Amino acid sequence: MTVIEDSALAEVTRPAVEDLLYLEAELLDDWELDTWLTLYTDDAHYEIPCTDDPGGTGQTSLMLIHDNRMRMASRVERLNSRKAHREYPHSNLRHLVTNVRLLGVEDGELRVRASFLVNRCRAGRETTYTGRFDYRLVLQSGELRIKHKRVTLDMTVLRPASDVAVIL
Amino acid sequence: MTLLEERPSSTLSTGSRCVDEDIDGMRFRVHRDAMTSEDVFREEIEKIFAHSWLYVGHESEIPEPGDYVRRPVAGRPIFMVRGAKSGRVNVFHNTCTHRGAVVCRRDKGNSKVFQCFYHAWTFDSEGKLVGVPGKDAYDDQLDMDALGLGRVAKVESYRGFVFCSFDPDIVDLTTYLAGAREYLDLVVDAMDGDVQIVPGTNEYGMQANWKLLVENSIDGYHAASTHDTYFKYLVSLGTDLSIGVKGHTKDLGNGHAVLEYLAPWGRPIARWEPIFGEEAKPEIDALRQRLVDKHGPERAGRMCDVNRNMLIYPNLIINDIMAVTVRTFMPTSPTSMTVTAWEAAPGDELPEVRQRRLDSFLTFLGPGGFATPDDIEALESCQQGFASGGIEWNDISRGMNREPEATDEEQMRAFWRRWAEQMDGGR
Repeated sequence: MTVIEDSALAEVTRPAVEDLLYLEAELLDDWELDTWLTLYTDDAHYEIPCTDDPGGTGQTSLMLIHDNRMRMASRVERLNSRKAHREYPHSNLRHLVTNVRLLGVEDGELRVRASFLVNRCRAGRETTYTGRFDYRLVLQSGELRIKHKRVTLDMTVLRPASDVAVIL
Repeated sequence: MTLLEERPSSTLSTGSRCVDEDIDGMRFRVHRDAMTSEDVFREEIEKIFAHSWLYVGHESEIPEPGDYVRRPVAGRPIFMVRGAKSGRVNVFHNTCTHRGAVVCRRDKGNSKVFQCFYHAWTFDSEGKLVGVPGKDAYDDQLDMDALGLGRVAKVESYRGFVFCSFDPDIVDLTTYLAGAREYLDLVVDAMDGDVQIVPGTNEYGMQANWKLLVENSIDGYHAASTHDTYFKYLVSLGTDLSIGVKGHTKDLGNGHAVLEYLAPWGRPIARWEPIFGEEAKPEIDALRQRLVDKHGPERAGRMCDVNRNMLIYPNLIINDIMAVTVRTFMPTSPTSMTVTAWEAAPGDELPEVRQRRLDSFLTFLGPGGFATPDDIEALESCQQGFASGGIEWNDISRGMNREPEATDEEQMRAFWRRWAEQMDGGR
């Protein structure tokens, strides 16, 4: 079974991956967060290590974000409410995703790397997040889904961005 | 000390002009100039940050000879290194004694020597100048001993927490900490003395006056209103909120203060909660029992069940809640600050409990979590409100009519009284 999945994943093309990544970017920019969640598998993870510990993992390091699927859903619920004060009203976001590369299939997961730049405009202030996305994608009923997304920030400190209240 | 002394401002009585306490009228007010004025900001650097004990780091960050960490303290580039010969913690001004360039150029690492890349003057981990290229140009008159790295005037450590002061005449650290020692002891003893700083630092900032974060970090009143989404998240994990937030606040002397309370969330040491998982229950219960055996039921109960949000004046917060944060911050202007926060944990901890501790920290205390971004928004919102004018004073009177409870403001008044004293010229 794994062999079949692996061979199907190996045939996934870069345009197909880019379609998924660009769709994710658009959903995040449009604050369609419930739909955004559907791009992820039920056992998905979304994580961001601290700026001074880019290799950190959630088991041994303090992370900025270390969400399993349940916490991703809590994050979405929070951001959809009017009580996530930092994001009410929501920022104007623009996710730019580029330099997409397919790194090959490993353990039934397609490894993908991309560069990103996220602009966040709110209340007269503009901040930028930049860095690298590392994805692990799987096929679920023939559809590409995200099983793991790791965001490595290029910024050496979270200033002046202040926080990561938005989804990168 | 500078050659060209700044104008003395001890006669301005900024403190008593900005802080107005009327005990009979049970009213405590702080003038908003304290949060907006450039002059007050400059005075604070001179009167408060140059004459307090300031947190540098934790000894566990530099366990081996030559281990170092570099970071600003009160905005000044400083580094802390464990001396290879002495084994002691050295804290140096990060500047070459020749012509000024910084000699420690990475945030952390291990090094036998610190070489200035500009002209290659080289210092060892005890600060001694050990290498100068082309020494013949000084005709053997160069006083190598006098040209060692500059030590920060005072450096002391309390149970692993390293502080420094730029004031050579400041009282010793133990005296300075006053009533805060008891609470630091609770944190350290609960970890059996084995406090470690976990890898990963929260380095963020906000467009708000630094004293607003002092208030916010020890404020029990805002939790329910500001952090509704966090409490909803806890409920979704199965936490029973009916226990509420109950406790009291205390002035610990010298500007230090604490908020002590019972709260619904679990504590890795050692209040089990369903979200820790059944498999972690025996371990957490055993940990509690060990603390009871060692410290007696009362002190162990305080360690395990009671949450502590503590201010060590002027700018160190140690919050021992669902995780332990060590947080310091520094103004960069009247309306902005940088914040640096670390997570403390016992060196020896069950992986499942450590995992829960790490997740608890980042979901509540971290800038990517479900609470801290809203605190940032609240403090920036206050700062924007100050700019509106029309209202001159903040009111910090809650609980002046009673033994201060967890949602009162006595702990903030303790800070402001000491702030006023120092701003009036008191040391």
